[in-house]
Amino acid sequence: MTIEIKTATLQPIRNTFANIERRFGDKPASRYQEATYDLQGETNFHYRPLWQPQYELNDKSRTQIKMEDWYDLKDPRQFYYGTYVQQRAKHQEATETNYSFFDKRGLTEHLPEEVKSHLITYLIPLRHVEHTANLNNMYGCAFGYGTAITQALLYNAMDRLGNAQYLSRIGLLLDGNSSESLATAKQEWLKNPAWQGMRALCEEMTTVEDWFEVFIAQDLVVDTLVFNLFYEQLDQKLAVMGGRDVALLTEFMQVWNKDSSRWLDSVLKTVASESEDNRALLEEWVQQWRVKTLAALRPVIAAMLDKGDALDIADALLEARLKKIGITR
Amino acid sequence: MVAKKLNLKDKYRALTRDLDWDYDYADRKKAFPYEEFEGIKITDWSKWEDPFRLTMDAYWKYQAEKEKKLYAIFDAFSQNNGHLNVSDARYVNAIKVFLTGVSPLEYQAFQGYAHVGRQFGGAGARVACQMQSIDELRHVQTQIHAMSHYNKFFDGFQDWTHMHDRVWYLSVPKSFFDDARSAGPFEFLIAISFSFEYVLTNLLFVPFMSGAAHNGDMATCTFGFSAQSDEARHMTLGLEIIKFLLEQHEDNVPIVQKWIDKWFWRGTRLLAIVAMMMDYMLPNKVMSWKEAWEVYFEDAGGALFKDLARYGIRMPKFVETTAKEKEHISHQAWWIFYTHGHAAGFHTSIPSAEEMDWLSEKYPDTFDKYYRPRWELAKEMEDRGERFYTNGLPQLCTTCQIPMGFTEMDDPTQIAYRSSDFEGEKYHFCSDGCKHIFDEEPEKYVQSWLPVHQIYQGNCGGADVETVLREYYKMNLGEDNMDFKGSPDEKRWNEWKSKGVA
Amino acid sequence: MSKVYLALQDNDDSRYIVEAISEDNPSATVINQPAMIRIENEGELVVLRETVEEKIGREWDVQELHLSLITLGGNVDEDEDQLRLSWNV
Repeated sequence: MTIEIKTATLQPIRNTFANIERRFGDKPASRYQEATYDLQGETNFHYRPLWQPQYELNDKSRTQIKMEDWYDLKDPRQFYYGTYVQQRAKHQEATETNYSFFDKRGLTEHLPEEVKSHLITYLIPLRHVEHTANLNNMYGCAFGYGTAITQALLYNAMDRLGNAQYLSRIGLLLDGNSSESLATAKQEWLKNPAWQGMRALCEEMTTVEDWFEVFIAQDLVVDTLVFNLFYEQLDQKLAVMGGRDVALLTEFMQVWNKDSSRWLDSVLKTVASESEDNRALLEEWVQQWRVKTLAALRPVIAAMLDKGDALDIADALLEARLKKIGITR
Repeated sequence: MVAKKLNLKDKYRALTRDLDWDYDYADRKKAFPYEEFEGIKITDWSKWEDPFRLTMDAYWKYQAEKEKKLYAIFDAFSQNNGHLNVSDARYVNAIKVFLTGVSPLEYQAFQGYAHVGRQFGGAGARVACQMQSIDELRHVQTQIHAMSHYNKFFDGFQDWTHMHDRVWYLSVPKSFFDDARSAGPFEFLIAISFSFEYVLTNLLFVPFMSGAAHNGDMATCTFGFSAQSDEARHMTLGLEIIKFLLEQHEDNVPIVQKWIDKWFWRGTRLLAIVAMMMDYMLPNKVMSWKEAWEVYFEDAGGALFKDLARYGIRMPKFVETTAKEKEHISHQAWWIFYTHGHAAGFHTSIPSAEEMDWLSEKYPDTFDKYYRPRWELAKEMEDRGERFYTNGLPQLCTTCQIPMGFTEMDDPTQIAYRSSDFEGEKYHFCSDGCKHIFDEEPEKYVQSWLPVHQIYQGNCGGADVETVLREYYKMNLGEDNMDFKGSPDEKRWNEWKSKGVA
Repeated sequence: MSKVYLALQDNDDSRYIVEAISEDNPSATVINQPAMIRIENEGELVVLRETVEEKIGREWDVQELHLSLITLGGNVDEDEDQLRLSWNV
């Protein structure tokens, strides 16, 4: 009968932490909830940052976006650290299989020269764009408000470093681990006139002050356009050119983009529907960065893709996404 | 293609710092604006040696493996009511202090490393800091998940994040990290990566986690050791950053030395909480604070500073004071809490006769002489039903924010008072170390949000202590505070025991 | 001379690693503590991939050490084949 005694005397005295109870009521909470809500310090900061004395250490006014409760920006994937790394480890394992298959079967040797040169000129330089995305998401993580959004931005930042490293490994597969192709691709990024618009755009994004504007420019505008152009439209072209196998190496980025979009759309929908002021500000930022990004991409896309309407296709996708999120009407 | 293959080092460079480039279109100083104002001179970021070489794929893989193991233990722990296996319910108070006092620092570390992981101009250093940032997030989250089960059966865990922002003694850890984060990026790294992670953190984690293991606390022991496996990377970063700064420019040496002096002292003050946890809060003892200090600071730190001597770095200022303090600090800190137990969010207690004997053995020169008599007196008073509490609010040290209860180390019967005048106001300190820190940067420390001042100024929801505790701190009075003896925690524990479930 | 050290969680993998370290560093001292194993040596300590692989009976990546590592003291030099801890004298 010990079992009965156990259930009778081992009644928990509460279901969850008090802050979670205040938000969601007295009931058992998920690990995501306990590891996310109210973690960040809210008040009674001791010293102003020497590097930004106009703000408190944690300060909502580092962006013009206003939220009644920044914890409304929850992650539909419910990623806390543990679920995040385990999810990525799964993708990583599959990707590792693809890369080692590619390597062992000597698939590099079967790639037409023209495909290889496309990869070095157009795909591998994207690692520098991913590096920029790493910086921009770290920026939001450091200056953003509330764990709901800042932890997701950190996961995104680390993902972008991962993407950049996978792109680099494509280079290492092409050059047999000498890193020559990485050096060549970097010269393309630094010197090829077709890339200079994108490079200038990347440099500019890292100097923008409002963290939410940086987030919109990078994760919404640039990423929507770039992922369509480089991982879908370029992929189709490579397949026609005899480079179908390259898809094995970019699958991680494609899967990642889908995963990340789910989060981004949900967060931005919440921000846009919070107030008309927010929505209008998002729209203003989007339009501004959209014009700049399209102009920056034009030369490199013209050189990379033969279709004259490639950029329009990507832009139409962005337009549809903005409508779906509720930024434009 | 016959090309030279990259070794691990070069490959890692190609996969991290080679991603960055020199800007031609935007002002790079606008993108990385905080690198110069501290006076640190960086002549060449490419001289940065990566302290570890973990690419993201390997990071995900290994960390996922650690997390899988850790959460399997958490699940088993709660399914089997693992809290019943602790040595004694008194033990749980140690981890209440941990969740309310230490876990929020892990959170601040996540934020601080995210900031420098964006702001450093060198990509190698940035990436190392980013990895530490995400590790620190791991630590706070796994700590919450480990404590989540305890929170369901014990008082005092439930409002840890609210409490951390407000409660008087929690301003000690909070101000420590606010201080580091509000400093420039290089000082932050010397403060946290070097002085704290490398020199002092072993004192927090290793003996304390062994203590958890010794007291049957599987969940804490497991997250502690699992976190430590990341800590080894963080310590390596701490050593790398200091060598890098010292090698970059000779002008950096005095600046770095000044920071080491400051943060070593600030760290030892913070660790006073750990000292009392080890000596007074663990029913089954592992080692005394004094022993831990000798192994993890005096021996290990001694080797480190010998190694750094070639750069012109000397031992931190006031290190000779700590050699005396190791005999006293835990006893004095626990006494402060015992006398203010009504205002603490965990339960205090008088050491048992066996524990006092253990303390006598571990502290042959000080315990019987200075501390045993006061505990025996407290016990007598308690037995007579005259358990006393200090009703006034204590004066706090402006720098470390600990109540002024530490003594002169050469005369342990005399409370130490120091003060400085700044812009017509008088500021009080617990020690020469804390006064020195204030005098170096008075404009910073006059900003301190001192809980006792704030209560007196009416900024904490009421004038009397009880209202502050109940309304502003959200403590459940009579449940979270006071002695373990007579607490609901004790009552429940005895019930579980008597019904044979524990 | 100063001591370098590392501490490992007391688990199955660690036992093979400690065995390998003891073989490659005959002067090292192994100290068993609650839930952990500490290994220290004067001046230098090396973990060699090859020896660990021999003991553990499978391929072993030096970075796997991080799964069991609790703490270390000394300058770290890590590559594909080894992890070396040392103090500059």
